[in-house]
This record gives sequence, C-alpha cells and structure tokens, in this order.
Amino acid sequence: MRTVAETDKQRWERETLAPALKKSPERAQMFTTISGRPIDRLYTAEDVASIEYVGDVNRPGEFPYTRGIHPTGYRGKPWTMRQFAGFGTPEDTNQRYKTLLGAGGTGLSVAFDLPTLMGRDPDHALSLGEVGKCGVNVASLADMETLFDGISLGAVTTSMTINAPAAMIFAMYLVVAEQQGADWKTLSGTIQNDILKEFIAQKEYIFPPRPSMRIITDIFAFCAKEVPRWNTISVSGYHIREAGATALQELAFTLRDGLEYVQWGVDAGLDVDDFVPRLSFFFNAHSDFFEEIAKYRAARKIWAQAMRDRFGAKSERSWKLRFHSQTAGVSLTAQQPYNNVVRTTLQALSAVLGGTNSLHTNSLDEALALPTAEAATLALRTQQIIAHESGVGSVVDPLGGSYFVERLTKDMEDGALAYFDEIDKMGGMIEAIERGFPQREIADSAYRFQQAVERKDKIIVGVNGFVQEDEPPIEVLYIDESASDKQRAKLARLKRERDDPAVQRALTRLRAAARSTENVMIPMLDAVRVYATVGEMCDALREVWGEYEEVPII
Amino acid sequence: MRKIRVVIAKPGLDGHDRGAKVIARALRDAGMEVIYTGLRQTPEQIASTALQEDADVIGLSILSGAHNYIAPRLMELLKDKGLDDVLVLIGGIIPDVDIPKLKSLGVKGVFLPGTPMQEIVNFINSNARTRVERA
Repeated sequence: MRTVAETDKQRWERETLAPALKKSPERAQMFTTISGRPIDRLYTAEDVASIEYVGDVNRPGEFPYTRGIHPTGYRGKPWTMRQFAGFGTPEDTNQRYKTLLGAGGTGLSVAFDLPTLMGRDPDHALSLGEVGKCGVNVASLADMETLFDGISLGAVTTSMTINAPAAMIFAMYLVVAEQQGADWKTLSGTIQNDILKEFIAQKEYIFPPRPSMRIITDIFAFCAKEVPRWNTISVSGYHIREAGATALQELAFTLRDGLEYVQWGVDAGLDVDDFVPRLSFFFNAHSDFFEEIAKYRAARKIWAQAMRDRFGAKSERSWKLRFHSQTAGVSLTAQQPYNNVVRTTLQALSAVLGGTNSLHTNSLDEALALPTAEAATLALRTQQIIAHESGVGSVVDPLGGSYFVERLTKDMEDGALAYFDEIDKMGGMIEAIERGFPQREIADSAYRFQQAVERKDKIIVGVNGFVQEDEPPIEVLYIDESASDKQRAKLARLKRERDDPAVQRALTRLRAAARSTENVMIPMLDAVRVYATVGEMCDALREVWGEYEEVPII
Repeated sequence: MRKIRVVIAKPGLDGHDRGAKVIARALRDAGMEVIYTGLRQTPEQIASTALQEDADVIGLSILSGAHNYIAPRLMELLKDKGLDDVLVLIGGIIPDVDIPKLKSLGVKGVFLPGTPMQEIVNFINSNARTRVERA
C-alpha cells in the first residue's frame, strides 16, 4: 500500500517500465558516462523541478548565460574555425598557414615544438631529437618574422599555444606586428599563458609557481594598457582532460584556475573589470555527447556567478565566459584511423551545441603523427559541414529545456562548486597543486578509465571491440632531423650577425626587472628587438627564479 | 623469488605523463616493483637509475618523436654499464618505419596506442630476466 502520492515518473515505472524490464532486461545494471557518472534511464519534468528558469538558466545573452553569451547564438556569425598547426621550421609552418587560410580557415593557431615550449634553443643538449617535431621551432624574432611572412597580423587573429615562455613569444609577435605597421591597440588574438594547468597536467613548466604567476599578472597589466583587445590567457581544461580527468574534474579545476588568476590580478592591484573581460577559456570536446554539452553550459553559469558574486565584477563583459574547444586527441585511435573522422564530428557537434566560440577539429591521423595537409583539410571541412549543412546553428541553444541536459548541467555545477570548496579549504589552487591534489585526482581517473577499457566496460571501436586484423597502413607525415639542422644553422648565423653587447645589456636588464617589481614585458620587448633568443631570456629568468621540479605521483 | 623491478622513465622534453603513470600503476598492480623516474630524464640519468635500482626492465614513454635520438643513446650507455640484459621497452607514438630500427638496437618491445595493459604485463613476465639467470 502506498501512503505518499505516487509521482508520474513512479507511476510510469510501475505500470509501463516494470513489465517491459521483465520481458527484456537492460544491457547493463548501471549506465555511466565516459567519466563514470551514473545516468538514469529517463529524465522528466520531476528531475528539473528544483531548477529555476530565470535564476539558473535564463535566456541567451542574459545572466548567468547558461544558454549562451550571444542573444543570437551562431545566427550572427558562426564560431571561429581555428585549426592548430605547426611543425618543422618557420618556413614549413608558414606554408601550412597559407594553405589553411586559403581553404577558408578564419583564424591561426600556432603549435610550437617542445624546445620552444620549454625555453630551450635548438642548439641546447636537451633539444636533441625534439626540434620541429611536435610543432614549429621559434628561437628568436627572426623565426617569428618568417612564421608570419606574407600574413597580415592586423587582419588575422592568432592564437598561440605557449605557456612558460608566453611573455617572450608574445613580445616577438608584437614586434613583428610593429614591423608590419599594425597598431597594437587593434591586434586581436590569444596567448594560452596558463601555467596552472601545466603544473596540474601537461607539465610544461619552467619557473616555480609564484614567479610564474607574477609574469602572468604582468601580462594582464601590460595588455590592459597596450594591447586591449588581446586575450591574455586561455584558461585550459583541454590538457587536464587529456591527462585523464573526468568531465567534472576538467570543469572544476579549470574554472578554479580561472578564479586563481583573477585573485592574483586583484592582489596585484588591478581592477577586475579592467582585465577579466580578456580572460578566455579552452575546453576539451570529448566523446560523451550530453555530458560535454552540460559541461560547457555549466561553465558559463559558474563563471558568471563567481565573477559577479565572488569578485564583485560590475561589467557584463567580465561575467561572460568565452571559450575555445578542441576535439579530444586522447580519444583518437591508431587502429582504423578513418573512424576518427566520425569521433571528431560528434565531439565537434557537442562543442557547437554547447555554444563554443571557436573550435579546432583534430585530424584522423593524429594518433600516429602530426597531420598531413590532406587530413588537416578534412578536419576543417568537418566544421564547415556542421556549420553550413546540418542546420544546428540556426537555433540558439537548441537543447535548452531538455530535462536531461538541464539536470546534468545543474549536477555539473554542483559538483564543480564542491571541488571549489575543497580547494579553497587548502588555501587556493597553488597550495592544492603543491600538495599534489589535482594531479592525484586526475591520475586516479586516468587509471580507472584504463581499467574500464581493459574490462570492456567501455568499448573503443577498433581497439577493444570490432577489431580488424591486417589493416592497411595510411600515409603519415614524417618529420626528420632536417628542421633541427636548419634551425641550428640559422641560430648560429644569427648569433654571429646580431649586436651581442646589446643582447647582453638587454638580458641584464631583464634579470634586474625579474628581481624587482617592474613589469617584465618592457625589458622582454627590448631583448626581443635585439634578437635575444627564447633560451637566453629563459636562462636569465632561471638564474633569478630557479626551475620547478615536481614530486612525481603515480 | 624476487619481484621483477621495472624503471618507468619519461625521457625528452615532453611532459605528457598519462601513459607512463597508467602503465606504472598497472605493473605495480601486477606484482612488479616499479620505480617511476619522473619527467625529462636524459639517457644518462635513465641508465644510472637502472644501474642503481638493479632494474630488470626499463620502460620508456615517448610521444614526441625524440625516440630516434634517445633510444640509440640509451642502448649504448646500457652496454657500457654492462646492462645489456635489461629488457628495454618503448611505449608511445612511434612511426611504423622506425620500429625495425629500434628493434635492431636491442629494444625488445614497442607498444603503440591502444595496447592493453595486460599485453605489456604478459610480455614482461615472459621476457624479463629472472633471478636464476642473474645469479
């Protein structure tokens, strides 16, 4: 006998579901997302009864922007199709950029090689075997001039994936723009400049956390005055996710990193509304379709609320979270690589339905190598087909109001806020990183996922299911050592021809600025102008600040 | 019998350590003694860790394309130190064309993306030197 009134969902479960289950049971006891989050079989109005439309969701372009920051969604203009590319020498990559722009790409995105990312010149012992392999090698202003030769920096927007040496690379970009006659005030683009996720996940750090944060706040202050349309940081969940985080961990750690940067900016004496509007975000577009969409929607809401309520931001521009997304590299398989086109399409679609502002789609061959020009073009075409043929961009937030998506969005928000509490209790993100907290959470999730794959609880087509023997190999891009030889020869010539005493003076000034509270961007620009190299500038700062070494956690 | 001792190393400048950490845990769970070197180890550092730790196996995780420099250098150092009987494995992104070169240097196993952990555990169990051989 029932004493409490039965809800409609309970009635359905009793009358309709139970007999159906008896006849044909479900495939599994429990259904989970790729992140391991349990998912109910059905969501109804009852699941969203506690969600308040105006407070929690609201219309597009209105606080808290769950449904998007633009009232017209993609009806005004579609997302920016920004394909990340870089390999070999600056000459090689310059050619690829011209191909991508010629094929209808609407922005550039620079991938640097590991020596550049780690602040080592191509002639350094640690650079052996690495020059030009994972991206383009840029050692000095001379390379930056070549990289953007024939490309008007006043007309394109450029995203540069550079973190520990972000200030130097950005300074080089500014000097090239200056040489081309472009006005810094109108330059637009992004530097990734997100060191916290390097400590957490990707591990391309150089200096310890605190001086690293100081460089970043120097960039905030410099750009607020000199390059006001530049996105000074791209707070990145992408790498956190690739390292094995769940969707929730990606969301929580990324946004908490964002709060940390804002706090450091405020502590450095900046006004929130002067620098927060130039912060942007970068998320992973992973394979679990609805969980990803909920993640993006929750991100906008959490950020808007935190900026208004935690930091007292007054400007709507500070409240609006803008983000780039990239399909999940880690989901690509070396087996049956053409399947990757399908994975990427679905992932890209989730980012679009989640309201991404710009998007990179991976190429089918990226589990094997850097992409060939053909594969990179197909990846761009994938976005164009979504934008121009599928019709999904005609309606703003078409999934808004879905019981499932709204419930999941709220659950993601609640979960992220619980992580915020935990990290706040530790004293903030730097302290959490020093304790190894996010690192351990991510490593645990990565291992759990791998175990699920081994048990075949999660199927990856072509890897642990639907396997095909004797696959024909596909053609991949092979990068030999010639880029290394060329870059080393160029560097040797540069060092012979430049004004060496001027370089030494500039490096001395840079060291002095690092020891004081002077904004490091100013001496950095001067050092770049006299062709000091990335390695020399990083070494100058290493002398002052030392190098970070992590305690490995397994 | 002594547990198999494995040094998992991350050479080169790359910091993507997901694979290294996952395989380290899987080998530990499979009953092996695992020493993880941490990031950015030179071939010299890896060879001396292997010597100090009396390693039976060295597992290198390389995704960056630097294997063509790192592997020959490490194999040479191991030979110099009399560690030719240490089983050397590489996991990561290795172009097909490079695999025969690595094998000819004495790298016994190259494991590409998507390899089940169990396959690597089995490979080590059947190929690592045993205590008897070492005595």
